[in-house]
Order: sequence, then C-alpha cells, then structure tokens
Amino acid sequence: MSDAHPPADHRPRYVIGVTGLNAIDSPGPGVAVIRALRESPAFAVRIIGLSYEALEPGIYMHDLVDKTYQLPYPSAGTQVLLERLGEIHEREGLDVIVPNFDAELPNFVRLAPRLAALGIRTFLPTMEQLEARDKLNLRAFGEAHGLLVPQQRLVHRADELAPAAEQLGYPLVIKGRYYDASVAHTLEQARQAFHQLSAKWGLPVIAQEFVQGHEINVAALGDGTGRTLSVVPMRKLYITDKGKAWAGITLEDETLLQLARRFVAGTCWRGGCELELMRTADGRPYILEINPRFPAWIYLTAAAGQNQPAALVRLALGLPTEPWTEYAVGRMFIRYAWDLITDNHEFHQISAFGEL
Amino acid sequence: MKLKKNIATSETGFIFNPATGDSFTANALATEILQLLKQDQSPAAIKTHLLNRYDVEPNQLEKDWDDLVAQLRDHQLLD
Repeated sequence: MSDAHPPADHRPRYVIGVTGLNAIDSPGPGVAVIRALRESPAFAVRIIGLSYEALEPGIYMHDLVDKTYQLPYPSAGTQVLLERLGEIHEREGLDVIVPNFDAELPNFVRLAPRLAALGIRTFLPTMEQLEARDKLNLRAFGEAHGLLVPQQRLVHRADELAPAAEQLGYPLVIKGRYYDASVAHTLEQARQAFHQLSAKWGLPVIAQEFVQGHEINVAALGDGTGRTLSVVPMRKLYITDKGKAWAGITLEDETLLQLARRFVAGTCWRGGCELELMRTADGRPYILEINPRFPAWIYLTAAAGQNQPAALVRLALGLPTEPWTEYAVGRMFIRYAWDLITDNHEFHQISAFGEL
Repeated sequence: MKLKKNIATSETGFIFNPATGDSFTANALATEILQLLKQDQSPAAIKTHLLNRYDVEPNQLEKDWDDLVAQLRDHQLLD
C-alpha cells in the first residue's frame, strides 16, 4: 500500500461555464477554451459545459467537462436564458461564463449586468462593439479606423447583383448575413449563391470584392480600455472545404500585431476576438471579418505562451492581468478527428433531462 | 545579397520563414550556401569557396547560383 499523496493544490478554484462544445468539422471554440483554462497555473477549474444540441462532442469529454447542462436556443430570448442560467447557478455556483457563439452573444451581453448581480461574471464586448464589427458595417468601420477592408455592397434583391458585380468585378464573394460564403465567377453563380444564402441566413446578402492571398487569422484579447493584452497571428496551413483551419502555425509579423492593436484601441474592445485576414502577395492585410469571440484554434495561443482564455477569466474576475509581449513563433496545431465512444444512456440523459 | 534576419535554417536543410509561415527543404549544397549566407559571407566569397571545394565549372556555378537566388527571392527569403 502506498502512502504517497498527490501534492496539495493551493490554487483558487473557479466554476466556469463554457458554451461552444460542438467540436465538429466547423468547430465551436468551447473545447479549445476549456483545454486552455485547465492549463492555467494560476487557478484550478470545475468546468460546466453549456450545450444546445445533444450531440455536441464536448458533452461527452468527461476529462475536460465536469458537468453539462443544455441551454435554450438563442431565439428563445434573454428571459428564458436567464431562468435556465439561474437554475444552473443554484446548483453549481458559477463564477464565470465564457460564451463562444456569435449567435448567443447579444443575449449574454444584454444579461451581463443581471448575471453579475447573481455573482456570475462575464467579460464581453458591448452591443456597440458587436455592431461596429458586424459584417454589414465592416467596410465603414475599416474606413473610420484606417483598416483595409475589401469593397462590399449589401444586396437585398437578386437584380442588385449585376451592378454589384460591375463595381466589384469577378470573381465575386457572396456572403451570408451571419455565416457561409461562396465565390462566384459568373452572374448566374452569384444569383444561385444569393438565393441559397438569403434562404438560410436572411437578407441582406453581402457581395464582396475577391482578394487573392494567404489566409491569416489573429486572436486578440482587449481589456476594454483600449489596451491589447495578447495578440497571436496564425497562418492557415490546411483549410477544409468549409474554410476552417485544420492546421496552422504562429507567425512573427509586427504589422499583424499592430493591426490587431489598432482594432482593439479603436474600439476599446472588451474580451476575445479574431481578425480574419487575407494577406496579398505585396503584403497588404485585408480584414475579411472580425469575430467577436475566441476562435476554435484558441488553444494555440496557450501553446504559444499567451493563454488568452485564462487571461479572460482573470479579467472577468477583476484580477490584475498584464499584457504579454512574447509568444513562440512557429508553433503549430494540427487538428484531428477522434471517435469518442460513449454509452447511449449518456445520450438519453442529456436528451431527456438536459444535463449530464 | 542577404537572408532576412528572422529566417530560420537548420543543418538538415529545413528553412522556416516566420513572417509567412512557409517552410522549405533545401538540398545539401543549398543548405551549405544558406549557412554561409547566415554567417554574412559575401556571394563572391561563397562562390570561391564552392569552386575550391567542388568539381564545378565557373559558368555552371553562376547558372546554378542565379537559379538559387531567384528561388530565394521568389519565396521572400532575401532582404
């Protein structure tokens, strides 16, 4: 019989709710956020998964997620969400929630003061910040802040495509209001994309100038005063047919760091964000989109020495958090698929009772 | 002709450009040339070294040299 005991853990322990457990081919960031949080040397965690669908893989990753509760869909509104979070809080004593879906962010932003009153902290952008970087406003935002954004036109009717194509030229990028994009080489292809994307995501659809180059993403964390605490650029090395990075590598490029800092300073960005860029052959970085949350590859920031999710939790808790100045360049991630095995009683449990 | 300062090269011929994320593999001779460039040796000095060390005609060396420089430039590895 061994009398060895594990060393005592004197770190504070926080109960953290995390959404975005859909680690699928177009992955949510939740599992990567949790992985980073678990590696924080400053605190220990109990992770409460917050799911929308019973087949989100993170629900069944018991080494990462201690307990999962299902949430109502964002379309149900803030009151239903608040009631559900209140129930979960009574049982778990949530310290912090890290929401990771674009579609749920407005509800969480609106609820932030009421959650804080319950003792649940968040660290989120404001509604004004969400609006400013919205796809529909991105071009104007770029012009106001001296950032390169491809030309774009909002298209409400199919007959507006021809003048848009005349202005922007082919190939033309047709983008959905919230998600998805398609490259059209002819007016017919543009029309087809318009109908598909407007049926799925509503109007308007965005017609955007096509920019040729390398896809680069930048993960950044702003403290809400204009200060950038962390910025890590990553080049996509392998891209799936959904346009997602399946492998990537951290870059050393001061212009990318400055670009992210300019965005954070210009908006006083509060929380995590991702700048999706296209760098042209002559080195100009065009901003294609700005996501108001951590990306699915966020664990790479922790692996490169800047654990952005852990820093965000510290910000949410009002703990001192200093900017990082260095990260490992050339650090790579290679995503993989893994068949997670579980028993169907777990699936029944989350499906029928909304918790596991 | 100078390699960009931040270009990483290894003795095994691996080249990494941290600004673009591009990686390349060089053959043994190109690796040797890159190592000499990293030591700030001039093109003339490197060519003399190669002529002394390898059985190669000056004309052939010039042609191969130009090919290598074009590739390095094309991949944004030179200042």
